[in-house]
Amino acid sequence: MTENNIVLEARGITKQFPGVLANDQVDFDLRNGEIHALLGENGAGKTTLMNILYGLYHQDAGEVFLNGQPIEIHSSRDSIKAGIGMVHQHFMLVPVFSVAENIMLGDEITRLGMILDEKAVAKRVLELSRQYGLDVDPQALVGQLPVGVQQRVEIIKTLYRDASILILDEPTAVLTPQEAEDLFRIMHELTERGVSIIFITHKLKEVLAIADRITVMRAGKVIGTVTPKETSEQKLATMMVGRDVILTVDKGLSQPGEEVLKVDRLKVHDFRGLEVVREVSFEVRAGEVLGIAGVQGNGQTELVEALTGLRPTASGRMLFAGKDLTGKPPRPLTETGMAHVPEDRQRHGLVLNFSVADNMVLNTYYRPPFARFGVMQPEAIDANARNLVKEFDVRTPSPFVAVSKLSGGNQQKVIVARELSHGVKLLLANQPTRGLDVGSIEYIHQEIVAMRDRGVGVLLVSAELDEIMALSDRIAVMYHGQIVTTVDAKKVTREQLGLWMAGARPEE
Amino acid sequence: MRQLAGKIGEGLKNSLPSAVNSLLVPLLAVLTAVVLGGIVIALAGGNPFLAYVGLFQGAFGNARAISETAIWATPYIFAGLAVALAFKGGLFNIGAEGQLAFGAVVSALIGYALPGWLGFDLPAIIHIPFAILCGGLTGALWAAIPGFLKAYTGGHEVINTIMMNYIALNLTSFLLNGPMKDPNPNNVIARTPVIAESARLAPLFEGYRIHWGFLLALLVAFLVWVLLWKTTLGFEIRTVGANPDAARYAGINVKRTIVLTMALSGLLAGMAGTIEVTALNHRHELGFSIGYGFDAIAIALLGKTHPLGVVIAAILFGAMRNGATRMQFLTQIPVDVISVIQALILLFVAADAIIRYIYRIRAASERVVLTRGWGG
Amino acid sequence: MDWKRFLFILLVIAVLFGAVVLVGMVKQEPIIIIASMLATTITVATPLTLGALSGLFCERSGVVNIGIEGMMLTAAFFGWLAAIYMSSIFGFPALPSLLVGVFFAIVSGGLMALLHAALSVTFKVDQIIGGTVINILAIGITGFLNRQLFFESGSVFGGTVPHGPGTLPNILIPVGQGVKAICGWFGPSESCLTFANSMDKIFSQGPITYAAILLVILSHFVLFKTTWGLRTRSVGEHPRAADTVGINVAKMRYANVILGGMLAGLGGAYFTLESVPSFEPLMTNGRGFIALAAMIFGNWTPFGAWAASLVFGAAQAMQINMQVFRDVIPPQWAFLQVSYVVGLAPYILTMLILTGIIGKTIPPAADGVPYEK
Repeated sequence: MTENNIVLEARGITKQFPGVLANDQVDFDLRNGEIHALLGENGAGKTTLMNILYGLYHQDAGEVFLNGQPIEIHSSRDSIKAGIGMVHQHFMLVPVFSVAENIMLGDEITRLGMILDEKAVAKRVLELSRQYGLDVDPQALVGQLPVGVQQRVEIIKTLYRDASILILDEPTAVLTPQEAEDLFRIMHELTERGVSIIFITHKLKEVLAIADRITVMRAGKVIGTVTPKETSEQKLATMMVGRDVILTVDKGLSQPGEEVLKVDRLKVHDFRGLEVVREVSFEVRAGEVLGIAGVQGNGQTELVEALTGLRPTASGRMLFAGKDLTGKPPRPLTETGMAHVPEDRQRHGLVLNFSVADNMVLNTYYRPPFARFGVMQPEAIDANARNLVKEFDVRTPSPFVAVSKLSGGNQQKVIVARELSHGVKLLLANQPTRGLDVGSIEYIHQEIVAMRDRGVGVLLVSAELDEIMALSDRIAVMYHGQIVTTVDAKKVTREQLGLWMAGARPEE
Repeated sequence: MRQLAGKIGEGLKNSLPSAVNSLLVPLLAVLTAVVLGGIVIALAGGNPFLAYVGLFQGAFGNARAISETAIWATPYIFAGLAVALAFKGGLFNIGAEGQLAFGAVVSALIGYALPGWLGFDLPAIIHIPFAILCGGLTGALWAAIPGFLKAYTGGHEVINTIMMNYIALNLTSFLLNGPMKDPNPNNVIARTPVIAESARLAPLFEGYRIHWGFLLALLVAFLVWVLLWKTTLGFEIRTVGANPDAARYAGINVKRTIVLTMALSGLLAGMAGTIEVTALNHRHELGFSIGYGFDAIAIALLGKTHPLGVVIAAILFGAMRNGATRMQFLTQIPVDVISVIQALILLFVAADAIIRYIYRIRAASERVVLTRGWGG
Repeated sequence: MDWKRFLFILLVIAVLFGAVVLVGMVKQEPIIIIASMLATTITVATPLTLGALSGLFCERSGVVNIGIEGMMLTAAFFGWLAAIYMSSIFGFPALPSLLVGVFFAIVSGGLMALLHAALSVTFKVDQIIGGTVINILAIGITGFLNRQLFFESGSVFGGTVPHGPGTLPNILIPVGQGVKAICGWFGPSESCLTFANSMDKIFSQGPITYAAILLVILSHFVLFKTTWGLRTRSVGEHPRAADTVGINVAKMRYANVILGGMLAGLGGAYFTLESVPSFEPLMTNGRGFIALAAMIFGNWTPFGAWAASLVFGAAQAMQINMQVFRDVIPPQWAFLQVSYVVGLAPYILTMLILTGIIGKTIPPAADGVPYEK
């Protein structure tokens, strides 16, 4: 096996979806034993290309070659047979199944042709995990495992099917920096044993750290393939976006005013009744951004839900604008001046089949001028929508189209416009830029900083460490339901934050 | 066959203005069901053309036929609105049947017993509205129970409203065979005594049975439209129906809205029963309403859960029920065939994908969620 | 099944049995009453058990099925129709006619399920509405054909309902014989013989009833121990995960829904071929919906569903057995004689159970969600 042996090649792949050309004449090749990163923004066509290689979609034009031979991949069964394995961004694991059940699913070891032989599977799993240093317990229920371990299960799943080509779709999105390091170690281990890896990501630093080659995609096209040696973060960003990108957010010094939010020893339970926010205390001042850093699932979601009245608090207090509003439902909080950009915009933030105009009064519909004596006032609602559409640059054909017709970035702008349109003292933004294109991200970052400069207190929750570091004045690190420490954003390094996010204790 | 159907679909789509285009699927659903119904009639040995001529004559052939169609349509409008309103709020009320029966029982009771309890005769201007109101409120209460269980315990309203139907059926049987049975010694039927003159809703015209209840139904349909699209309560109901999570986020009291939506839905269903008693039968008799609640689901869906659509669909269903007798007279095909045709209409309206497939109409871009599974 | 749920089931059954024993004690020995209650409970639980298993296969594969009622009703009618055709038109003896009837019941249940699968899997119709369509269609078709075939002059049966082939005969498992033999060793005593006779009562059931119990065990095995079961559950929990490992989601769902329809069909056969030898419109009387509640209460497991079905069976058995003691019911309990009131028990029990006061159960994660690639 030589280094330059091409194991998988895609030539001229084109895929059209209604209204979008997702892949336009895409060429891509993977050499034996290499880590080839595929870099691009959300919607650049990376996942479409991989879904074609994995047989979930079929290309409209173009060819795929395996070890130089053309192959037709019509289903995941074909690709599995060809030795291709894929670890999806959202894990393809059944939470209520055991590790062994998940691994064997679709490729079961049986007795008499139909009775499951779990013992044989467990044995095979243990073999594989020993061979590749992937530690798992075959009997454990997947839903009870931490995400890092679930990812290992996904990798074993592909190895169980004798995959020699591995596609990893945004594998580090859910990991701490330390867990990501561990994953990189495993990736090297795999390539040493002859596995070739396609590594999909939008994180520039990781690509430079681990990839042998980097292919950048934008708007369905391949922009170019480079090696880490000949490029830099700035160059990659420019390739990705198509113009020069400012990687940092321009912001002046903050001028913190009085305290707008004080959280005192707050405890919150999740839906199973487990305590997921454990005696959290902090405060947010007017005119500052407090960022909450942490790996997803460490209680941030529940914390924000409790603060915004969507989830009951178990104990502790929340003072907002000087009033004790602990456990109050959303309406009085909104009326006191709380704005909330929710984590899941389609689930909480919008009613998708309502018009843009209706969504812009979703939580103010009942008060003048939008309603009088219980009767809606369409003129006022329309006027409001027209103003906000203009002010926040929402790209929509008209304020009366259903908000579901808008792009993700514009949907988020509808939410931001609505939330910032009524007297705001505090902005709670949870993952405000997740899944958005760079243009929208820049816009929303500017809005957040602008709000801060106008004297609004901002509580920012994000799993993107870069976002937290770019926007925050102070950073609180959340781990396992507790705030580990709160530090000045200017005086902390990425590495230090990463350690705290992984559970390290700060020295007193 | 499908070639032809595809041409029909295309032709219709091109010739109709766009506003009518949204009605294309319901229209084609009815058309398809009528064609299939004709095949069923032919298989049963009848002449389908004669049958449909009979159906039309029986429904609209003369003034009396039209009057009778309106009578049939009246409870359908109320019950259809009941189901449609619940759908708008994200709830599936399969219990219109029971709410209707209980509404009828109570309004009958007020109708025949209230003067006796009070010891004096009431003027019609008070007695009629009071009987209707009590019947409607009974329906509202009966429906509020599954609404409450849905909002506060998560018990699914589909099964609960069905259970409430059986409970209502048993209880009304008990009442009409026992405490409320017509004491006339010649009576062997499970029915109430006749209601007082002062509780009877008058006919619209001398010599015809069409009554004020029909106009009331049209007025109520208009009011439901105003409620849903012009008031903040309607906005809340629609928001809860479209996305309960977003509704909670927006500060709407979701639980209260669910109970209220079910109660309003039950109110409308209860009125369906109460109008039958005060305007038409002048008593409640066991089994008069078999199937109204289920027909109401088809009507609500055929009318695309819009009040105007519900009125049109209700008149269509009323016409079919009314015309069926003449159809049977002409072709010897039992009136029950109407149930098959109506079930087919429901099938094609619910599964508009089938209609779109047959007639090659492009799918609507968004799916409207009407109900949710057990998880919610 | 958790112990709390199990305890609740035992408790409810004990209360229902106890009530009948208390009322009937003056007239009959408790052991006889209990045996009679037990026998009735097992019998009337049959359509519920089969309905619940039907729902189980559908929902484990991710398709909500509220059309069980309609599938059972259709099967009850067509099974009965086939049996009557066999016996009175083709002149076959009773037993083969009835078995052909059972076959057609299963087939017609499967066909209704095929429609439900097409609606929910292929056409992605809202599954609860799809199920309602099945129910209404079933009422329409059976009502129309029943009238057209039997009550119209000039129809196939000339306006009368012909003599049917009766019902499937009970099969006696000779447990009572065994008890009698044991009694013989100790010298026969009155109570021992009573016990033996009671056993005969309990272990004399129709073939569909026995089949239902065997199917509970078989369903458990299939769902939790075989490839088919693993794949079915994966499709109901996380269809995309199943798809990515090469499992055909649509095919699995079709197969399970049709299998479920066939089980409902067997449940429908119980009404007209095992319980009574006739068909009446709407005769399933909500049993399909109660079966659904039993499945939910049984936490989507075969044994759980069976246990819950027995609770409903016991409630119905109470109503039936109370009739026997009509004359000995004390006057202050007279309202219980009105079967309408006792008849409410299963429905109220259903609603109570769905409130989750005995603990909530968790449906398969993808239950009711159409799979979009």
